[in-house]
Amino acid sequence: MTREAYHRAIKELEGDLEQMAAMADTAIKGAMEALVARDIERSRQIVRNDIEVNRKRFEIEEKCIRLIATQQPMAVDLRILAAVINIITDLERIGDHAEGIAKISVSIGNEPLVKPLVDMPKMAAKATSMLERCMKAFIERDIETARNICNEDDEVDAYYDKIYSELVHLMIEKPTLIKEATYLIWAAHNIERIADRVTNIAERVVYMVTGKMEEMNVSKY
Amino acid sequence: MKDKFTIKDLNFWYGEKQALKNISLVAKDRKVTALIGPSGCGKTTFLRCLNRMHDLYPGNRYKGEILLDGRNILDKGLDLIKLRSKVGMVFQKPTPFPMSIYENIAFGLKLMGVKSKSEISGRVEKALKDSALWEEIKNRLNEPALSLSGGQQQRLCIARAVAVEPEVILMDEPCSALDPVATAKIEDLMTVLKQSYTVIIVTHNMQQAARVSEFTGFFMLGEVVEFDTTERIFTAPSNKLTEDYITGRFG
Repeated sequence: MTREAYHRAIKELEGDLEQMAAMADTAIKGAMEALVARDIERSRQIVRNDIEVNRKRFEIEEKCIRLIATQQPMAVDLRILAAVINIITDLERIGDHAEGIAKISVSIGNEPLVKPLVDMPKMAAKATSMLERCMKAFIERDIETARNICNEDDEVDAYYDKIYSELVHLMIEKPTLIKEATYLIWAAHNIERIADRVTNIAERVVYMVTGKMEEMNVSKY
Repeated sequence: MKDKFTIKDLNFWYGEKQALKNISLVAKDRKVTALIGPSGCGKTTFLRCLNRMHDLYPGNRYKGEILLDGRNILDKGLDLIKLRSKVGMVFQKPTPFPMSIYENIAFGLKLMGVKSKSEISGRVEKALKDSALWEEIKNRLNEPALSLSGGQQQRLCIARAVAVEPEVILMDEPCSALDPVATAKIEDLMTVLKQSYTVIIVTHNMQQAARVSEFTGFFMLGEVVEFDTTERIFTAPSNKLTEDYITGRFG
């Protein structure tokens, strides 16, 4: 095989992308755990850590630009870089959503939660599972898995519908809880957006492999 | 990163005609430095200063300093044969000698005074391995070098340069006569060579400069317009002329 140095650089870039995805994934899990456990200090830490995800995004973007400028990638090599540049934008936003959940936890402060969180951790687990499998599909160029992940977004939307409905009912019953219930709706909304971002990543995986841009699942929200 | 070549205010004249004006740049040890620029800008003239190839013709004149490991190679009384064994050169068109593949490499070694047959054989093999040619031709060592393909001939020339264990390899458009696959092989070879040698390459193909080098100098009208890391030159050059050239707005 020729152009070994270039192909090594692409592998390294893919490693960076996996690392960034792992950072975002850890942030979502941590934000959810801290919200449930009412661990404000941990939530604050997650808010502070988001800067690292943003830094990683710039680092990867710069590497992509450098490779485009110096290696003149063509065909699949070009599509990989185009996909990576898009994926890091989604990962960065996923990091922001995790930060959003952590900020909500900080805003709730020492107030008790208006209801025990049962579905929301499941919803978050679904979203992180989608993200993890989507990144694996990227590395393995597995478009079938990527397509299937997009369909799973409906399950996340269903969780959101359920959580939203429960919280709205709670607000109607006890208008004094409107503020606290709204916080939880925002938290759920952040998770719902994370899953949407994962479907964007899945679309990029398909594009990278096939060269075709496809909208694979239009979210309800 | 050690400095291998340090060029200070170099001027060069072909007879009355000045071809290089106040060139100053540094080529780092064990890195690839690429020189780009439009035809007639002086990049090949500059390259040929580095092993004083111009001395082969009368009437040429240098002014300034070319320091190789701190020593000025323009000093009078410098042993040019020794200089050229330290600073090897590969040309645009492959230039194999009309003899066997083996003899093409052994020739330089014999000229240097290596007599032991086993040593010569060992060094021929090593040079061919270092040039990524050994696997392709190890069973054809006694065949004429001219029977090789263009790309193989060029790698043979690189092997010939490498065999005498130089410190610097100058390459003057080494891929311009080759197809894309042979070009990619030579480019891969450069990334291997730079682990042991300092490589300075002149190329018309700026994409090639971008792919293979760590540092790039942009020459125009006998002057260095900009010299910087390759990454910087090809993503955010500081001089507008460089930007115009690499984006194809002139040249």
